[in-house]
Amino acid sequence: MRKVAIIGVGHSKFGNRNDVNVAELTFEAVKPSLEDAGITAKDVEFMALGSAGAGAWCEELIPAVVAAEYCGLKKPGLVRCEAACASGSAAFFTAYSAIASGQAEIAMALGVEKMKEVDTPTAMEWIGRAGYYLWEFHNFGLTFPAYYALYANAHMAKFGTTEEDLALVAVKNHKYGAMNPVAHFQKQITVDDVLSSTVIASPLKLFDCCPITDGSASVILASEEKVKELGIDTPVWVAGIGYSSGTANMSKRPDYVGLDASVKAAQMAYKKAKVTPDQIEFATVHDCFTIAEIMAYEDIGFCKKGEGAKLIREGQTEIGGKIPVNMDGGLKAKGHPIGTTGCSMIYEVTKQLREEAIEKSRQVPLKNYIGLAHNVGGTGHYCYVTILRR
Amino acid sequence: MSGVPSIRSREIKIVQNIPISKTLKFWEGLKKGKVYATKCVKCGKLHFPPSADCSECLSSEMDWIELSSEAEIETFTHVVVRPASFQQHKPYTVAIGKLKEGVKVLAWLTGFKMSEIRVGMKAKLVAKTTLEGNLTYEFVPL
Ligand SMILES: [Zn+2]
Repeated sequence: MRKVAIIGVGHSKFGNRNDVNVAELTFEAVKPSLEDAGITAKDVEFMALGSAGAGAWCEELIPAVVAAEYCGLKKPGLVRCEAACASGSAAFFTAYSAIASGQAEIAMALGVEKMKEVDTPTAMEWIGRAGYYLWEFHNFGLTFPAYYALYANAHMAKFGTTEEDLALVAVKNHKYGAMNPVAHFQKQITVDDVLSSTVIASPLKLFDCCPITDGSASVILASEEKVKELGIDTPVWVAGIGYSSGTANMSKRPDYVGLDASVKAAQMAYKKAKVTPDQIEFATVHDCFTIAEIMAYEDIGFCKKGEGAKLIREGQTEIGGKIPVNMDGGLKAKGHPIGTTGCSMIYEVTKQLREEAIEKSRQVPLKNYIGLAHNVGGTGHYCYVTILRR
Repeated sequence: MSGVPSIRSREIKIVQNIPISKTLKFWEGLKKGKVYATKCVKCGKLHFPPSADCSECLSSEMDWIELSSEAEIETFTHVVVRPASFQQHKPYTVAIGKLKEGVKVLAWLTGFKMSEIRVGMKAKLVAKTTLEGNLTYEFVPL
């Protein structure tokens, strides 16, 4: 296996992007990523595109081809990767593997999702079907908030986690989202705002949920030889990628207080990167719902099982705390364009490691220069954990 | 949807015909008020939802077993904001319950006051035909 580095990243504005179509949206991420790497579109030999719902909530069924043509790529190898909300990480893993295996020198991972061309009930229908349609959607109409609400009620019953604890996650992520110009929401909120917002699937309320968002993010990877040849001054190295998955049926999960896929993916990533959880200096974790961030703290080893709420109560996941989490606003405030999120997380971790967070107020202080991205697909149906170091 | 210029895509209606030949006994059982699981003849693994093939040992030789009805509720949620195809329903409660055979079932929970529903409480699993004629199963008070 060869060493692989991130040499360029690009990110579109996230939000309600009905001013652009899906191809135009990818252009907003691809062009800056090429400029950041100092290469041209023709240098990209292979491109993996993460998208969970293209063809369902936007009109293009084969967005990898559409994006490659629109952005001027010259007949690279192409593939669309689907791993639900972890599709972007699956695309990153695919592009990484193309280089690590020696088959390509420069590859691109591109995430894109255009979710707001359909109405909200239709978007919720598609996402709700992302489990086991036949056994858990057809008769029972689960939505994505509902899947995570099942976890929230179980976690609250077992560990005494409260709705206020969940609200603290939203408040923190909105605080940092307000400093991130590409975030969907750039507005601070209070615990009361969360608690008084409308119930979506109890106990989760509107402000416990990430928004439905349009957005694109692009990551360019290269081999060590290519990094030298191009004279890249701040390569960010892929230290290890862990992955796992969980049952399609929620009814086949052992419990509802954590995601087994997160535990296994994290353990694999730590082993491959030869680091321990306490060496990680900051992370982006999959906070599609507030309960998901609390479970992530526990599942990836930032605290013991059942102590996630304590970590947020003590402010340990803010800048200045033990382990800053989601300094880009997370899925909660930055937005969660499903198949883009993995690439957006890699973008953020790369920018932080290069000490280029757009607003200095959300730049984490670094000593070891090690960051982690935790990306869950579905409700623990897929998980990828990626560790990067400078 | 907003004042931003756009064109409307061509419209398609999507309805899939989902084969149930291999689990027909389950669907017919629901009509008769029974909830069936499958049990692998070779390794003994009990499968719910019922499966024609064993994911444990990959054998396809299955017995049909009628499940007991008493369940312990492991978790639940009241679904207020519903997806497109459930817009005509009032908000509903979904729960996961564990049966004494060890398998778990995800289904709607009806007939309880919202304030009564707790993790750890008991409920009864029953087969049901909905008003629209759909075959399903749900948790109700004991
Ligand atoms: Zn078997």
